[in-house]
Amino acid sequence: MKKTLNLVLAGVTAMGLALSAHAEDYITLASTTSTENSGLFDSILPKFEEASGIAVRVVAVGTGQAFELARRGDADSLLVHDTAGEKRFVENGYATERADVMYNDFVLIGPESDPADVRSAKTAAEAFAAIANAEAPFTSRGDDSGTNRAELRLWENAGVEPGGDWYRELGSGMGPTLNTAAAMDAYVMSDRATWVAFGNRQNLTLVFEGDDVLFNQYGSLLLSEEKHPHLKHGLATKWHNWLISEDGQRAIADFKVNGEQLFFPNAK
Amino acid sequence: MENNAFYVALSLLFSLDAALFQIVMLSLQVSLLAVLIAAVLGFPLGAAVALWRFPGRGGVIVMLNALMGLPPVVAGLMVYLLLSRAGPLGELGFLFTPGAMVIAQVVLVLPILAALSRQKVEEMLGEYREQFVSLGMSRARMMPTLLWDARFALLTVLLAGFGRASAEVGAVMMVGGNIDGVTRVMTTAIVLETGKGNLPLALGLGIVLLTLVILINAGAYMVGELTRRRTG
Repeated sequence: MKKTLNLVLAGVTAMGLALSAHAEDYITLASTTSTENSGLFDSILPKFEEASGIAVRVVAVGTGQAFELARRGDADSLLVHDTAGEKRFVENGYATERADVMYNDFVLIGPESDPADVRSAKTAAEAFAAIANAEAPFTSRGDDSGTNRAELRLWENAGVEPGGDWYRELGSGMGPTLNTAAAMDAYVMSDRATWVAFGNRQNLTLVFEGDDVLFNQYGSLLLSEEKHPHLKHGLATKWHNWLISEDGQRAIADFKVNGEQLFFPNAK
Repeated sequence: MENNAFYVALSLLFSLDAALFQIVMLSLQVSLLAVLIAAVLGFPLGAAVALWRFPGRGGVIVMLNALMGLPPVVAGLMVYLLLSRAGPLGELGFLFTPGAMVIAQVVLVLPILAALSRQKVEEMLGEYREQFVSLGMSRARMMPTLLWDARFALLTVLLAGFGRASAEVGAVMMVGGNIDGVTRVMTTAIVLETGKGNLPLALGLGIVLLTLVILINAGAYMVGELTRRRTG
């Protein structure tokens, strides 16, 4: 009996050691599902790790939750896409610096048959108004993510108060929302990166793109040392600076899916 | 062929992909360790509730039974708030580590092990009571005897706990963060691949997970049968 107990204890200790055996330098980065789902991090993180010896552990959540993780001191660095929210975050003292890193754009996705005739719209406002007028099914993220916040601004821009049977708030990430839209033959707004890398399109196709208001800016935030002194500010600063350096910007531009560039570096 | 989930599952299994192997190993380590810790705490707890009479005992039994249905995402949220830097145990820096996932799964599995072992021990106590009384045994002495004699039933209870741990995704997603190479397990990998629209790969991973769970259950069944036959 005692022997078995010793064996069990030894096993538990060994497993505990195995589980905590990650001694290298690392930071925890809170970022969005769009950057993770597109495969961007798989492409650029090894390059940063090689240059700096710092591993980046990505927790991919919606922008709203990413801000909350940073506010509570659970992430060392932030890479999100809600410029207005990011500036507020700096004003409120949670971050000390914000930098533009890259951009892509939002696109409107819909069923091939295009029941609301979005394809003939000339502006994003016209496109959104057409969907509302036709009361064609539209699936919204509804999760306070950067994409969700941008979508709500675009409805406002079109003079539409979205609601009613045709407007479905899903409360899920970009990928699950696209899965649902594919199953419902609904319209949906997506960031281009997630759409291009998405594998379950069924009847969905790109129906509108190219308006300036669909611009989607990503920013990196340096978090406040004062609010959370325990964070790895030194390592996080290296990451932040690498992203906006020539090397980092080139790594972002080099990331392609099916030959298509998904993020366009624009650090100043 | 590439769009067939069974084909994907088979090629995943036979390619012995290093990333997949790591994910599978982490899933097993986290869930087995959680079940082990929950058993060390939960079996004596269940047996104690069965053996002793104390005020509020009915309430404890109802709570244990009810907590068997605790939604994983609620367990995850509670453990997240506890381990978050702004929370009471934030200093430990446990959030987004496999250790945090083990804690969350212990919270999920403990009520199952305690509630079901309480039930089993209480049944056996009914059968053994006269014998215990004639031997003049104390309650504390009865506990190991009852737990040992209930071992075959408790093995099934352990498997129920392991099933709960290996199947849940809400808790490990929230406290682990699904970090590639660090806290990604089978269930969170399935959620990620579904999000990317890689449905055949997601289902393929699901089939791999199911296969593992079946193997573990078969192993436990065989161990149980062998010992049962040997001890009669």
